[in-house]
Amino acid sequence: MILVWLIVILMAGGLLAWLSKKVNPEIPRWVALGAVLLDLILIVYLWINSKTTADSAWLLSYDVPWIPQWGVSFSLALDGLSLLMLVLTFFLGLLAVLISWKEIKNKVGFFHFNLLWVLAGITGVFLTMDLFLFYFFWEVMLIPMYFLIGVWGHENRTYAAYKFFLFTQASGLLMLLAILGLYFIHGSGTGNYTFNYFELLNTPLAPDAARLLMFGFLAAFLVKLPVVPFHSWLPDAHSQAPTAGSLILAGLLLKTGAYGLLRFVLPLFPTATVEFAPWAMLLGVIGIIYGAIVAYSQTDLKRLVAYTSVSHMGFVILGVFAFNEWALQGVVMQMIAHGLSTGALFILAGFLYERIHTRDITQMGGFWAKAPKMGVIALVFVMASLGLPGLGNFIAEFLTLVGSWQADNWLTVFATIGLVLATAYSLRIMQKVFYEPGPQRESFRDLSFREMLIAVPLVLGLLFLGLYPQPVLDMAQPAIKEQLQAYTSPEPTIAEPKTAVVQQPKATINANQIALNQRAFSNLQIFKSPN
Amino acid sequence: MENLLWLIPALPFLGALLLILFGTRLSRTLVAILGVGSVAVSALITILLGLEFLSNRPEFYHQEVWQWFSVAGFTPSIAFHIDALSMVFIFVITFVGALIHLYATSYMADDQDFSRFFASMNLFVGSMLMLVMADNLLLLYLGWEGVGLCSYLLIGFWYKEPANGYAARKAFIITRVGDTAMAIGLFMLFQAFGTLHIQTILTEAPEAWSVGSQMAVIVALLLGGAVGKSGQLPLQTWLPDAMAGPTPVSALIHAATMVTAGVYLIARMYVIFELAPLVQTIVAIVGAITLLLAGFSALTQYDLKRVLAYSTISQIGYMFLALGVGAWSAGIFHFMIHGFFKALLFLCAGAIIMALHHEQDMRKMGGLRHKMPVVYWTFLIGAASLAALPIITAGFYSKDQILWYALAGEYGNTWLYLAGLVGAFITSIYTFRMVFMTFFGESKTHLEHPPGKVITIPLIILAILSLVGGFIELPHNFPHVTLFSDVMAPVLPGIYANEGLAANEWMFQLVAAIVSLGGVFVAYLFYIKSPQLLTSIERSGFAMALHRFWHSGWGFDALYDVLIARPYVFISKLNKRDFIDSFYTGLARLAEGFHVMFSETQNGILRNYVAGIVVGAIMILTISLFL
Repeated sequence: MILVWLIVILMAGGLLAWLSKKVNPEIPRWVALGAVLLDLILIVYLWINSKTTADSAWLLSYDVPWIPQWGVSFSLALDGLSLLMLVLTFFLGLLAVLISWKEIKNKVGFFHFNLLWVLAGITGVFLTMDLFLFYFFWEVMLIPMYFLIGVWGHENRTYAAYKFFLFTQASGLLMLLAILGLYFIHGSGTGNYTFNYFELLNTPLAPDAARLLMFGFLAAFLVKLPVVPFHSWLPDAHSQAPTAGSLILAGLLLKTGAYGLLRFVLPLFPTATVEFAPWAMLLGVIGIIYGAIVAYSQTDLKRLVAYTSVSHMGFVILGVFAFNEWALQGVVMQMIAHGLSTGALFILAGFLYERIHTRDITQMGGFWAKAPKMGVIALVFVMASLGLPGLGNFIAEFLTLVGSWQADNWLTVFATIGLVLATAYSLRIMQKVFYEPGPQRESFRDLSFREMLIAVPLVLGLLFLGLYPQPVLDMAQPAIKEQLQAYTSPEPTIAEPKTAVVQQPKATINANQIALNQRAFSNLQIFKSPN
Repeated sequence: MENLLWLIPALPFLGALLLILFGTRLSRTLVAILGVGSVAVSALITILLGLEFLSNRPEFYHQEVWQWFSVAGFTPSIAFHIDALSMVFIFVITFVGALIHLYATSYMADDQDFSRFFASMNLFVGSMLMLVMADNLLLLYLGWEGVGLCSYLLIGFWYKEPANGYAARKAFIITRVGDTAMAIGLFMLFQAFGTLHIQTILTEAPEAWSVGSQMAVIVALLLGGAVGKSGQLPLQTWLPDAMAGPTPVSALIHAATMVTAGVYLIARMYVIFELAPLVQTIVAIVGAITLLLAGFSALTQYDLKRVLAYSTISQIGYMFLALGVGAWSAGIFHFMIHGFFKALLFLCAGAIIMALHHEQDMRKMGGLRHKMPVVYWTFLIGAASLAALPIITAGFYSKDQILWYALAGEYGNTWLYLAGLVGAFITSIYTFRMVFMTFFGESKTHLEHPPGKVITIPLIILAILSLVGGFIELPHNFPHVTLFSDVMAPVLPGIYANEGLAANEWMFQLVAAIVSLGGVFVAYLFYIKSPQLLTSIERSGFAMALHRFWHSGWGFDALYDVLIARPYVFISKLNKRDFIDSFYTGLARLAEGFHVMFSETQNGILRNYVAGIVVGAIMILTISLFL
């Protein structure tokens, strides 16, 4: 029941925020803050009291019939992966409310309604175990986001909002087709017409059908992630959205794409994905490098950060299609760490915009001397973005690459080169905004208390993820095992280290899985690796 | 004592943290106490630990602080492994580091970002200690990247000058190229061993790999990392530009410690380098070529710090040469001695630069011998050690050992020896060119700030070390002292010299001594005795072209600029608007075009509609007739 509350609190909070504006325009902020905070407390409470049992990855579930004639149920379930994503959602949601405190001045009530409903949609997406419901929440995310961009965005907001809407809607419809296809195949095969995730998991599928259905799901998730060449909605949407919008887009909406890959594509279509894996990894590597190159020459700070997102999300798809625990743990870490670090960079862009009313980095410069606190904090975010060890993104990228190395050597090499390119664009941010002398400015104040309250938790979060990521990894582990089940033979035996020093080499590389990969890879000559 | 290991890196980190958090609010004195104190206490613990280590001679100390993470059998820890090799590095880092920090309190006294300086320096010392104390390669990599960050922050310390920022980014990006190679090496090592724990890899590697197997690729990738960090060919171009940072930074990071990280890495992983003889030979060749190229470039520089920078590249070339021929302990010995005398030379240079109000051009110096006697004498000692003047200097013993093994060692050969010898000759020339141009001749610039005690005390301590440091390891035919290699023996294997040559070792020492003194004489001839020789050379067009070529560092910068940097920026700028988007905007345009076209037909003019219906009807009839 607590899972339903997570969504209901946000939706009710949104309505209340909208209505309460009539009383006082400041109240919606407090209502929104309260609603998100309540959810955050609930989810943290769940984390603390969570005990995974050995035989199941699921912590909590809730299931009532909704439209029984069609086999639609209101089915929610929580495992480690959803829990982590929800913590991220409510944490960033909280920051989104705080960041809008001064920025949003018109239609405050409606703004917070939309903000909370986007969060509700995201929460639903991370929780639901019914594909019909999943599609419903997928749409719930979309429409309020469209308003957030279109109403409170920057100069080119209408264009960006349309573009965002069309891309997501078109790809979402393909997913709907795939969901219906799966529904009917499962129904005609077993006589049980249901949208339930767990029942659909074991649908026997002909290879061709599996491939088509997989592409339907992929369409939605790859556009959302985004993967080059379906990324071009993102720079516009990110750069035109208000700060809170960019934060939620980069920090959360992109992650729903990654989550969808993990939750649906991997377990539903184990053979089709193995076939597609080399291409998917190639797309990931192209994204990493292409995003980094384009990011380098952007002069609009938010656009620049948007392209770095394209680059970083390349690691996600690279890791997902490597089908091993290292890579998937890396992917989960990347989802969280990227949510924090890129969200943080957008927040930084918001701080700068509030002060100088431009996003153009050629109009910036020399802020280190004027705002040293902001400089130090920005340095941490920039270093996280280039993958400095000690910060969360490093763990994420290193694990992803270690995992993808087992799957494909050459693609991993090129992905690793992306780290050098990341250095180039990241340092450019520091140089242009903080170091290089810029146009003379009368006043430029350093971070206020409210702004520190937003930025410091992000810094601490990144450090925590970088230095002691184990709680997060432990939380994600059973869920990841579950998603990988179709790819591994029963339980790879992990030999305990014999002594403190000597460890069993290669204990966990699963022979079965490597054979699978190699079979897929031999179809593609260009992926022939030297070993 | 072993339980205190974690304090050695933790103290500098703590210092950095406090300075970052409260630095701007603290008084300068307090900042200095925090900044210097943290490293000094670290150095003190190191010395106590070192004494215990020397008396008990354990094989190693080990301490695990916490498990970093654990994923499917990949279980790196934040854990330290200290053996003799790490001990030497920790000692140089903390001890020389503390002296340089002390010196910097005076050097940076007037800087408005006093606390930022010490925060970055402390952060550097902490990261560097992580690098050399790590018991696994992932933690080593953390230190490795951490020092890269600090190097970036400190090269670009005076950020208002865009050139400094450029140098800083160049250093970070170029070393990151090497780091990337190393990262790939780590993936491969992990795949091969299922762990990145250094000692496990070193124990298992000889069983798992045969000599010359294709695992050489891994070793070559690690070498890539080492080459980047240590400013060796072909990734050396960042180091001369790194001199844009404050001089204490150059002394600590770009001479004594960080740039020798590559040497540490190779020595640490020597077992797998021995399993890949080809790569090991490449190490030697890279070292030999680098020491020559950088030596020639040093000959032509006018900027005092740039001479020293090229000299650093060249001396690390010697260390690589030593490692490449299997003279592991000799390479580490030279690292230590080099740490002393190069830090000394940089600190002296800093004192001069400060006294001459930030003048770095040697052509505008001169005659400083009498005005700054302490600096003169200590610089002279450092220079003598760098030029390896026989018997009295530490540099002689360390470099002679390398030259000797480059010839007589197991993997040595005549070519490597000759490269080293020519290098020694050039070293001696450029070193004393520096001495003569700076301290002799007539004075050209007014002296402003004579150095105070805080400046001179570190100089004197380092000068003493640059002289006596060599006596802990003497050649066979001298009173045979092998304190250093004895301590190293459990960690790094010894090396056997060619029996036939060994009888004549004295002859080669004599040659080395003559070469070194000969270099001093050449410098004396050109810069003191008959400067007209120099002007006659300058008249020759060829000589000047060569001069320009060497001055520019053999054109590597221009080459990389044309081959990599510019094309990259060009492509990126070209695609700034993201051509993929034009596909989607094209799609939108197309839809819009149809919209315009079809809405044209909805114009409300009845006769057009009628005409349309008639034409359509005729067409349908025609088609149905034909079908």
